[in-house]
Amino acid sequence: MSHVSYEQSKKNVVKGLILLAVVTLIEVVISLFGKGHIFKGVHGNVIVLAICGLLITAFSLYKAYFIVYEFMHMKYEVKGLAMSVLLPTLLLVWAIIAFFQEGNAWKNRREDVQKRNAQPITPAQEGSLLSPDTYQMDWKG
Amino acid sequence: MATTDTALEHHVHEHDHDGDAWSGAQSPFKASYGKLMMWYFLLSDAFTFAGFLITYGALRFSSPTWPVPDFVFATDPFGISATLGKAPLIFVTFMSFLLIISSVTMVRAVQEGHRENKNGVLIWMILTIFGGLGFLGCQAWEWTNLIGGENMSLTRNTFGTHTADGYYLDHEGKKSAETFRHGESYLIHRHAAEAGHGESHEAGHGAAHEYKPGDQAGYMMDDQGFIHRKYVYADGPLKGQTQTEQFGPRAFGALFFFITGFHGFHVFSGVVFLVIIALNVASGVYAARKNGYEMVEKIGLYWHFVDLVWVFVFLVFYLL
Repeated sequence: MSHVSYEQSKKNVVKGLILLAVVTLIEVVISLFGKGHIFKGVHGNVIVLAICGLLITAFSLYKAYFIVYEFMHMKYEVKGLAMSVLLPTLLLVWAIIAFFQEGNAWKNRREDVQKRNAQPITPAQEGSLLSPDTYQMDWKG
Repeated sequence: MATTDTALEHHVHEHDHDGDAWSGAQSPFKASYGKLMMWYFLLSDAFTFAGFLITYGALRFSSPTWPVPDFVFATDPFGISATLGKAPLIFVTFMSFLLIISSVTMVRAVQEGHRENKNGVLIWMILTIFGGLGFLGCQAWEWTNLIGGENMSLTRNTFGTHTADGYYLDHEGKKSAETFRHGESYLIHRHAAEAGHGESHEAGHGAAHEYKPGDQAGYMMDDQGFIHRKYVYADGPLKGQTQTEQFGPRAFGALFFFITGFHGFHVFSGVVFLVIIALNVASGVYAARKNGYEMVEKIGLYWHFVDLVWVFVFLVFYLL
């Protein structure tokens, strides 16, 4: 199963533990830095927040890779198995893009509805309109 | 394959004739049926979790504001937040470490299994079970604190977020020294008399005052006893107008409890499976099979997956 000796693999486990713990700590520090807990001046800076977000995501993906390949022994499985499990997850890339786009569109539409609801209705429009409670969205969020 | 570990050689059939394929003698991908199916189950489970987490992302993007995680998750049972005033993400980092450590002990259990070392497998599995139970205990504390202490529910989110800089009004409706910044979150407290069992107000939130129901000068107490404080924005489109604190995006509570609950349920099931398999190890069932404790390896895959999912739950809920 394993390609290394028992002693070596025991050492690798300790290394893995340290690696995951350190990466997790780095992630938390970056996250707190981005939110302005370490340096007050950073607070609310969108660019810093975006860079921190990307870094944390990259570190998380690395942790996921490490768990799957080392702890779950994916690197010792034949390539076909690895690909049949890993390739389908690429579909999620599209799901993430599509649904985040969709969420953004909901927000824009909601703002649009609120803006139009705030505009006064002219007498000419009034006769052809439904009563407001049949179409207005009452957004309590 | 290298020869240092002899386990698992037994069922890896390397047949050259096609005839045996029809009798099921050949293992696709040189993995046993059980292991292969465990991988495909985990793949399907990954899609379920991805569906949940993408929903969280979509709803977060669709909302004008969102509670700041390092404000929502800034409490802990060790007294760090009590001494420092806040402990953003400290407790949840501790929870992550517990899962990482239990994942590592699981790797050791699988390694001992390959050496057919029954006692070794048992000891490392028991440590793994303790890790899992510790994680569940932490989650129970976190939920208790959110539901009992901070009045979060599936449909009520007591954490709101400011959209501009400004200052709070004091009890009499005059400008107070307490200011806030754009993007900072606040917690809407419940009046102690209404909350029933001893919910304590944080210092500096007017605990010394007597609160009256209804719309008051400096606050508004709703019919459930929540105290919505009043504030004034110092910039933005609502500049200069007196505002009342509103509850945060309603979806937050449901998303949090469903997703961390679904993960917690995976941890719980994992602990149950680990106990069952540890009992089987102790009884010598797997030693008799002489296949390098493959059952331990399979439950190990599941346990690592639970850790893997936490990496992303941690990322999405707490870090971003």
